[in-house]
Amino acid sequence: MMHVFGGLLILVPMEVDPVPWARAQMAFTLAFHIILVPLGVSWAAMTLIANYRAIRHGDRDALRLAQRWSKYMAVTFAVGAVTGTVLSFEFGLLWPQFMGKWGEAFGVPFAFEGLFFFTEAIFISIYIFGWRRLKPWPHFWSGVPIPVAGIFGSASVVAANAWMNSPQGVTLDSTGMIVDVDPVAVIFNDAMPLMAAHMIIAAYLVGGFLIASVYATGMLRGRRDRYHRLGFIIAFTVAAIATPIQMGVGDGLARWVYSNQPVKFSAIEMVPQTSSDVPETLLGHLNSSGEVTGGIPIPGLASWLSDPSTGRSTVVQGLDTVPADQRPTIREVNVVHLAWDIMVGLGTLLFLFTLWYWASWIFRRDMPQSRWFLRCAVVAGFLAVVTLEAGWTVSEVGRQPWIVYNKMKVADAATTNTGVWFTFIVVALLYVGLGITTILVLRGMSRRARREPRFEETDVPYGPRETADRPQVRAG
Amino acid sequence: MSTAAAIILFAAVTFYAIFGGADFGAGFWDLTAGGAKRGERPREIIDHSIGPVWEANHVWLIFIFVVLWTCFPEAYASITLTMFVPLTIAALGIVLRGASFAFRKAVFRTRLQRHFGAIFAVSSVLVPYCFGAIAGGIASGRVPAGGQAGDPVNSWINPTSIVAGLLAVSVTAYVAAVLLTWDAGRLSDDTMVGYFRIRAVAAGVVAGVIAFVGLFVARNDARYLFDGLTSRALPLVVVSVLGGLAALVLLRGRPHRGGRLAALIAAGALIFGWGVAQWDYLLPESLTV
Repeated sequence: MMHVFGGLLILVPMEVDPVPWARAQMAFTLAFHIILVPLGVSWAAMTLIANYRAIRHGDRDALRLAQRWSKYMAVTFAVGAVTGTVLSFEFGLLWPQFMGKWGEAFGVPFAFEGLFFFTEAIFISIYIFGWRRLKPWPHFWSGVPIPVAGIFGSASVVAANAWMNSPQGVTLDSTGMIVDVDPVAVIFNDAMPLMAAHMIIAAYLVGGFLIASVYATGMLRGRRDRYHRLGFIIAFTVAAIATPIQMGVGDGLARWVYSNQPVKFSAIEMVPQTSSDVPETLLGHLNSSGEVTGGIPIPGLASWLSDPSTGRSTVVQGLDTVPADQRPTIREVNVVHLAWDIMVGLGTLLFLFTLWYWASWIFRRDMPQSRWFLRCAVVAGFLAVVTLEAGWTVSEVGRQPWIVYNKMKVADAATTNTGVWFTFIVVALLYVGLGITTILVLRGMSRRARREPRFEETDVPYGPRETADRPQVRAG
Repeated sequence: MSTAAAIILFAAVTFYAIFGGADFGAGFWDLTAGGAKRGERPREIIDHSIGPVWEANHVWLIFIFVVLWTCFPEAYASITLTMFVPLTIAALGIVLRGASFAFRKAVFRTRLQRHFGAIFAVSSVLVPYCFGAIAGGIASGRVPAGGQAGDPVNSWINPTSIVAGLLAVSVTAYVAAVLLTWDAGRLSDDTMVGYFRIRAVAAGVVAGVIAFVGLFVARNDARYLFDGLTSRALPLVVVSVLGGLAALVLLRGRPHRGGRLAALIAAGALIFGWGVAQWDYLLPESLTV
């Protein structure tokens, strides 16, 4: 081990172009953090649903669910908090020129994000502390600010990202430097409402499928008790409500991109030359001379989807309308298009899967019982995460080569530090370890919970220390 | 406008140093608490003390970043370009610290708890050292203005940075020990009151010595800072020394609420004194507020 480190230390002075490594590090840390976001935003809401049921109907299983979920949530929140803090470091470490030039505008949404994060942390702490110290209803209400702050917090972060797509609210002088910032216009830029909605609903969709998949696994292993059933139904219902809404919002967002970021849109739909009656090509790729190869074209569909009112005669702008250095490279176009196909394809699949669930409730007044349904539910948790990552790839790679759309390029924003390749490797190793450990710790907690069903709030992050004069355990 | 922003900035740095610092300092005592058996009780007190607030204090750090990049984007670019290495170490240290503290509470096997505890404690010392070294590099004028990168090594490995780093570790340890003495007193654990009291005194003495040595280092290495500390920031330096001594006096016998306050004032005055000493430079001596 020491040998490896020694070897790496010798390599550190090696000078490597920082831009691709800075992009890789940012992409990797964001891809990691974005998985924790759904849990932070939607898990608290599901916990409160279980908590509400527990108090309203005296449901002991629901109470047990709420108590355990609040514990697991504390762990994922902790990991999310630190990986989020790292991101705020990286803006400066990896993109100093970007922050130096646009910080005045880009920083505004983050000030709000900080406030919401703080609120979320405080109320998570109160909620976990409050299990035995507060009366049931006040305790329930102490949890309500958590998902609310989660929603506003992610809206703030997405506002910053949306601003990179739609940089408004800044006045520049003749040299291109910011002279005035309108904070309201920065936060509520044109891209923000749909992007924020898309992300927040994604948080509920992914969080729901992910947690449902855990309980589906338990049920497949024979734990078909009421507790598991309830855990599954709460989580899956949340996902099943979010999925159809997400399709509508996603459709609206795609049309926004069509009107406002035509080059990004032509990368998504893989359109080399401007034309009407553009086919929707499933899979396929651009070859080295920029022609569409392979894939299954559906005639006219891309045009029709872009604006149904003009149908197949809708004109879609091609990649060739801007110089090569102002549009994604062929490789990037292929990444964007593939990620788009994955997002839409898996999203549709997940939607069809929720129809199975709804149909069963409508016709049989119960959730589907078959093992095949549960197996699909296990896979759906994983697929939902893949869909989320694919969607985020579309948004980020599709914006290339711009970091601020049509105003600053990624290559001009990056650090000049040639050692970034090394920090990328360290960060990647650390995060892989962190991810594995998080899963192992959560699994360990759940096993222990099965062995010792008595609820203890002392063995949880944010939780209190055990005291001698512990009050009586409240119902359940 | 930018004066107000700079004052807010230094206030945020001060708050992060005392509240976040107390968390980091608790990690220092966790590191030095000894084996699993001997260190069990002190670690329980530490856990109890920082459990509910842990990691929320980083919001001050995020706030510092936000103010910097929103109001002083150029200085922010200079700092991040120059201080790439210590900032990266600090970021990774924060990840390791926060995650392992959470994990330690969530796992039940002693061996695992010890591993996570060790990571938590080591990174708790590393992070304040790095922040101190960065502050030292800025105060001694090693970060150039204009979004330029300074010397990537000398900017944070130099006499002022080393003293500031050590000072940061000792001050966080001191503040944490004072707070932990008070917490132990609240739990009516007299053994632990004595345990942390002696450590508070030790850390206070060490911090005092380092600060004293630091003055001489600054005289040679960071003249502008030294001049500031001995003129316009002198009242704050005096307040810091008095606060530090008062906290130790108030810890005698039954820990007094005032001791906590005095320790926080001592640490706060020191950090704010740094800001006043280098006023009105944001990056001495190249970029003014």
